[in-house]
Amino acid sequence: MHVSKFKDAEHLVRLAVVCVVVFAIFLLVRAHFVPKSFGQYGHFRGDALAEQAAKPISYAGHKACVDCHADVVEVKKAGKHAGVNCEACHGPLAKHVEDPAAVVPQLPDTAVICARCHEENIAKPKTFPQVVSKQHSGGEVCKSCHVPHSPLMQPGDKKS
Amino acid sequence: MITRRKILMLLPAAAFAWKYVLAGTPELSPNYSVKEHWWGMLLDIDKCIGCGSCVRACATENNVPEGYFRTWMERYHVSDWQQETPQVDSPNGGKDGFPPSTAVGGKNFFVPKMCNHCADSPCTQVCPVGATFDAPDGVVLVDSTYCVGCRYCIQACPYGCRFLHPTKHTAEKCSLCYHRITKGLTTACCENCPTGARQLADLKNPADPIHEFVKNHSVQVLKPHLATGAKAYYHDLDGSVR
Repeated sequence: MHVSKFKDAEHLVRLAVVCVVVFAIFLLVRAHFVPKSFGQYGHFRGDALAEQAAKPISYAGHKACVDCHADVVEVKKAGKHAGVNCEACHGPLAKHVEDPAAVVPQLPDTAVICARCHEENIAKPKTFPQVVSKQHSGGEVCKSCHVPHSPLMQPGDKKS
Repeated sequence: MITRRKILMLLPAAAFAWKYVLAGTPELSPNYSVKEHWWGMLLDIDKCIGCGSCVRACATENNVPEGYFRTWMERYHVSDWQQETPQVDSPNGGKDGFPPSTAVGGKNFFVPKMCNHCADSPCTQVCPVGATFDAPDGVVLVDSTYCVGCRYCIQACPYGCRFLHPTKHTAEKCSLCYHRITKGLTTACCENCPTGARQLADLKNPADPIHEFVKNHSVQVLKPHLATGAKAYYHDLDGSVR
């Protein structure tokens, strides 16, 4: 009688089949639960980047202001506030850029907004122009004397 | 019995399944390539006037809940001979500006604080679920759909830049206004800084002014001894700042 060396080979085949099936199930489960974009950029869900990037903006950015209000930018250029972006004082205006007619920005209160930067504080850089507003103007709004976009005195007044 | 024929028939199915496993999504924006940027920020203490514009702008732009901060301001008072024990105050994160100081003499200055977007960020390393990650463009972000709110990252951050969102119960932090910088805009804090004390910097862009600035000025990061690879570069940072 011929005795095969691999008489019980069928057992091994069955075991191999079970292994293959288990591995296939693992792959399917993994494919189901791991987001498709996982590993696209690194060990995280790649779509998370696109989701972050898709959030809406509130501040339109200086370029959007310049596109329509070039005249104001021209006035600002000559003065000390040349480097201050519009929205730093006028607030978030992305909605105004989307629909300029529907969303009209309110004029900021200069008595409040100017003091935020120019109220005297010991920790401010010494070269930065600062005043104690009570002594300086007695609570009067800044723009009655100063031009906010180019903050010297109003035209016709004496410069001080 | 598995025959060679059966295996051959299975191959296309397996190939299809494998493609499904590996399938990715397209780039996040047609005009933005993550590989072409390496973001950081330049914070110039010499120029900071403590107005709090950055804090307010950040809160508006990113819907930061009241009492929590993605960026905040600190006022330092270093009295003579006491470099190691500065007095620091930050009323409401500097959001409403700072009241007149009661400090007399010494050294006084403002320090804007934010996420340092570390290249080797401790917060990413400790996250047990991979919710916090380093984007290929150097921004450290939180995938809030993965975050389980365990607070490990909040403890791990040596700069105290993270908090748990009071209603979402997931970790929150500065995203470097990822939704803005990927659109070619600057961050809300930089946009609203009236003195240019904060400048967004793309370190991979050779034309970015940061390279020229760093070449000609003394620049330091916070807690350099921790080797976090912080990318918030401070100009004229005092040794007393923690």
